Amino acid sequence: MVDKDISEKKANYLKSMKIFDYIIPILSVVAGLLVGAIFMKIIGADPIEAYKVLWSSSFGSMRGFSEMLVNTIPLIFTGLAVAFGFRIGLFNIGGDGQFLIAYLASAYIGFLFQLPMYFHLPLAVLAGILAGGVWGGFAGYLKATLGVHEVITTIMMNYIALYFVGYMASGPLKAQGGLPATPKIFDSAKLPRLMTGLRLHWGIFLAIGAAILIYYILWKTPLGYEVRATGQNSDAAEFGGINVAKNLMLAMFISGALAGLAGTSQALGLEYRAYQPFGFIGYGFTGIAVALVGKSHPLGVVLGALLFGVLARGAMMMQSMVGVPKEVVQIIQASIIIFVASEYIFKYLVRKWRERKGDVIDAS
Amino acid sequence: MTASNELAVEMKGITKRFPGVLANDNVDLQLKHGEIHALLGENGAGKTTLMNCLYGFLEADEGDIFINGEKVKVTNPNVAIAHGIGMVHQHFMLVPPFTVTENIVLGGEPSKNSMIDYKKARKEVEEISEQYGLQVDPDAKVQDISVGMQQRVEILKALYKGAEILILDEPTAVLTPQEVEELVSIMESLTDEGKSIIFITHKLKEVKAIADRVTVIRSGKWIDTIDTNSATTNELANMMVGREVILELEKEKAQPGEVVLEVEDLYAKNNRDLMALNGASFSVRRGEILGIAGVDGNGQTELTEVLTGLRKKESGTIKFKGREIKKPQTKRLFEEGISHVPEDRQRRGLVMDFSLYENLILGRHDRKPYASKFKMNYKTVKNEARRLIKDFDVRTPNEVVKAKSLSGGNQQKLIIAREFDREPDLLVAAQPTRGIDVGAIEYIHEKLVEQRNNNKAILLLSLELDEILSLSDRIAVIYEGEIVDILDVEDATEEKLGLMMAGAESEEVEGGNDVGR
Repeated sequence: MVDKDISEKKANYLKSMKIFDYIIPILSVVAGLLVGAIFMKIIGADPIEAYKVLWSSSFGSMRGFSEMLVNTIPLIFTGLAVAFGFRIGLFNIGGDGQFLIAYLASAYIGFLFQLPMYFHLPLAVLAGILAGGVWGGFAGYLKATLGVHEVITTIMMNYIALYFVGYMASGPLKAQGGLPATPKIFDSAKLPRLMTGLRLHWGIFLAIGAAILIYYILWKTPLGYEVRATGQNSDAAEFGGINVAKNLMLAMFISGALAGLAGTSQALGLEYRAYQPFGFIGYGFTGIAVALVGKSHPLGVVLGALLFGVLARGAMMMQSMVGVPKEVVQIIQASIIIFVASEYIFKYLVRKWRERKGDVIDAS
Repeated sequence: MTASNELAVEMKGITKRFPGVLANDNVDLQLKHGEIHALLGENGAGKTTLMNCLYGFLEADEGDIFINGEKVKVTNPNVAIAHGIGMVHQHFMLVPPFTVTENIVLGGEPSKNSMIDYKKARKEVEEISEQYGLQVDPDAKVQDISVGMQQRVEILKALYKGAEILILDEPTAVLTPQEVEELVSIMESLTDEGKSIIFITHKLKEVKAIADRVTVIRSGKWIDTIDTNSATTNELANMMVGREVILELEKEKAQPGEVVLEVEDLYAKNNRDLMALNGASFSVRRGEILGIAGVDGNGQTELTEVLTGLRKKESGTIKFKGREIKKPQTKRLFEEGISHVPEDRQRRGLVMDFSLYENLILGRHDRKPYASKFKMNYKTVKNEARRLIKDFDVRTPNEVVKAKSLSGGNQQKLIIAREFDREPDLLVAAQPTRGIDVGAIEYIHEKLVEQRNNNKAILLLSLELDEILSLSDRIAVIYEGEIVDILDVEDATEEKLGLMMAGAESEEVEGGNDVGR
């Protein structure tokens, strides 16, 4: 049948364009590095030398590798948080607030009492999940019931979290002494380190576990089906009897919980207490970039978080060893995001090129 | 003016590509001065693309356009307008809160001291409407006038800009039969005045009734240009589709059973918060098709949505299988046995970026055997999908491709497959064949009749009067959110329905009587 030929060709065409979903992020990274090199040239630095340092800072030593992964852990969580939100069509900009609330909640459970580790640690982690989840879920609740846009609420709630955590850490929950921070958590609530002398901790397993879980939820469960259907076409989801409002709240809870886990691993794996924050660390915002580069796919998020982890680690080393200001790394990051976001241009050019080749498919 | 033997428009070898699609493949079209020329083809055949090339919305990749013998590169609509081409789009491009006069002069307003000269504008509009016999009220707001009137405004707009050649894109789609007749006489008076008209359509009857000549295109290719007198409707259909088509639907008389759906005095609001259903009452029985006829925007959408739980009712009762449904919720109605073919398949019916198998379980995706609480059984889903694709003749390479890669007709078959497979007691089918090819239309019509014969109740809402007449056992006419009358199909004629669709009471319609209430 003619009909069959057409849809087959059309399907093949769409399939052949799909490969660019993978190629574009890679090309964007390369292009971003090139832009960075141009800037280094302009300021008189040697890009090749700098990129060698960038590489070796993460992959040249165990310590470097460990530090790089320490940078990566929170980015996996916040990247997943943003990616999961994207899947249902929500833009969770509140990663930083959810991070801070969970950071405080986990630290609080950590120093509040001493318990056996197998009980204490999960409890402290759970506290972070719930705190982040409720913080994000509240934005979801406002969206679902009153239609308040989640971008506004999550941004505002970032500031509430910032000052609330600051107040608690320097006020009611402050430890004795001059440090504006909570008391240290008990050992039983700490995320163990992988090797002595290195800061890398079990948070990495939590992060990878979370990525696998999110993958499973999205593509193997009815909830994931509903989340994706709602994100792709909420009218059709409604038509299919899906409770869109309920799913929006639930998805924001999960998104917030994921971002919260970044704060939890910060408190239980690295700092062992909650300090008064003097501004956002920016994991929530970098998480947006990670989700974009990772195309909102859990595996892509893990790879994207690794990339940004390497860049963050390399920024410091490039500055101290070859005199490249760490702002250059921000330029590289920004260019990568711009290139990924301009995927349409890539696809457009490819399409034009294929049309010129006469590689056109039949009428629809 | 050019010599009479010259053509008003000649399009030669027009080719237009879209990503992955060859929309026009070496198409020719010749429009003589003073003729009405039909451009006939199925949905997606490339009719509108060809006309958009002529009007400058699109630029052809290959081919030449001659207007009055002069070769013209139509790079944008301003070039087309400058050469005397005017286009009336299927979806009107009017500003609803503006008056008729304001809409007509929009873009070429006469001015005095850099202010718009309304008096002059109004006078010009009156003159032009007089000249062509197109009566309009120049001071009425467009939002307050009927669709047929709005179409006149669109035509006047083109004439005001000096159009000698008019392109009408599916002009009859939104009109009642009586309004169509008026449009035809307008078109005739325009050609008497020396205008030339191309009208795009997929309705064969209109081609025969209105046009002098017809150009048929199929799958983007030029098939033939002939005098309309020289071919029968059936021959035209074959040219358009490329094979024999059966225009008449065979079906035996209905054997209606007990009442499945009973709607009493239903009120509901539309998206603009205005009352769209004003006390609609009707009932549907097993084994019958109740067709709802009406002009677009008389409450059909709202009725469908209330019956499927997608819209809140203000008041009234809905009884399904003898029990009143107080709070219609989509999920519960699904489970109770109401299936729904939505009027907008891409917005409501399908998740375009989902695979076919994922789309085929929408609505029962959380139920056995497709899923348990925490796990989807995609293996079962895919097996079921393959079965449905085969049973319902969905043309696709496999079940994994995305819904958006299917043609409109196959997308609709996919929805039909999903909704019929659930063995519903009531099927609400809204515009089930809108914008799809003839083959798929035939198939869906057969399936609807088959469901009726299987003792299901079917509520059919359609803007195509032909479809209502050929499928329904009883016909309810909806006007401004009310069911004005319900007729047995034997008593219904196009004329009678047309008058009622325009708001006439049944007593006013000659021979109309209240049946089947």
